[in-house]
Amino acid sequence: MIRYDVLKTLLPVLDDSLVVCNIGSPSQELASLADRPGNFYMLGTMGLCSSIGLGLALAQSKPVLAIDGDGSVLTNMATLATIGNNPVGNFVLLIIDNGSYGSTGDQPTYASGKTSLAAVASACGCETVIECTAEETAKVVKDALASDAMTIIVSKCESGNVAVPVIETDPVVIAHRFMAEVAR
Amino acid sequence: MPKQIDQQIVDDLVSQGIDFVTSVPCKQLAGVLEVIDQTTAIKHVPSNKEDEGMGLCAGAYLGGMRPAIIMQNTALGVVVNTLATLIQFYRMPLPMLISYRGEVGEKVACQVEMALHTKALLAQLHIPTYHFHRPEDVAELPGILAHTQMSKKPTAILTDASFWGAAQ
Ligand SMILES: [Mg+2]
Repeated sequence: MIRYDVLKTLLPVLDDSLVVCNIGSPSQELASLADRPGNFYMLGTMGLCSSIGLGLALAQSKPVLAIDGDGSVLTNMATLATIGNNPVGNFVLLIIDNGSYGSTGDQPTYASGKTSLAAVASACGCETVIECTAEETAKVVKDALASDAMTIIVSKCESGNVAVPVIETDPVVIAHRFMAEVAR
Repeated sequence: MPKQIDQQIVDDLVSQGIDFVTSVPCKQLAGVLEVIDQTTAIKHVPSNKEDEGMGLCAGAYLGGMRPAIIMQNTALGVVVNTLATLIQFYRMPLPMLISYRGEVGEKVACQVEMALHTKALLAQLHIPTYHFHRPEDVAELPGILAHTQMSKKPTAILTDASFWGAAQ
């Protein structure tokens, strides 16, 4: 399974969760699979998906799923220390770890080498860290969203992208409809 | 030990509805941070780097809070992309309370190097910029914070060594 397949399995478990989605292919694939007002698509700013997700979870009580990637988390690895030290029960960080920079041509990341992001998350103080297969991911995410424990999930999947259009929705529209969904 | 000016700045933040603060510390801003940590009306989540902090602020804003970031001017070298592609692109209000290191009174020569670029970078990014040089300049803070929310822009409040040195 590649990222697109994992995202497809997630759709039935999202319910009314707020989703913050990583820049590039992940956001484009999610938007083409199932656009919804509760999706915040990152159009720029590599690395900050998990930070936006944590800020959102701290600010309000609805469940938050940040769909991040291995390359993005490596870019902003200190985020795991901030997350570990500021646990909040409505936050789930899903790191789709395909071992590559998917949006830029599938160049390998260090997560495909010696680096374990699950081990880094644990060392940073995150108490519930689950590494799972691509096939297991939807079930693990469903349980994590329903639980009161902040959860970091590292989903190991294959490298690869699906050709989908870029997101043309204006960023101000994305933010506006998302904030209306938060307030709903 | 915080000074009266530190308390006044935090009181202004609270009165203007700022309820979420992230920070990367600077010696000049230590008193403000100390008061913030004693202020229950503000949730303070320290960050490791300022771009990460702006991500936290973006999330808090989307979640209905009013964030601010406290940082040093050297960090403008870190956050240019984040300001342009996140805070400005999505039109998010974000007051940046900035320690303006490298101005007259500075003891560390290296700090002067980024001071030279500070206002140029802010001007290049079209960020409304306010410079607190004398203690009485702090009276502008509530208006600046209200202006930030109204315009939905990042704004920069530069606070230099003369300001902190003379403030009570
Ligand atoms: Mg990847």
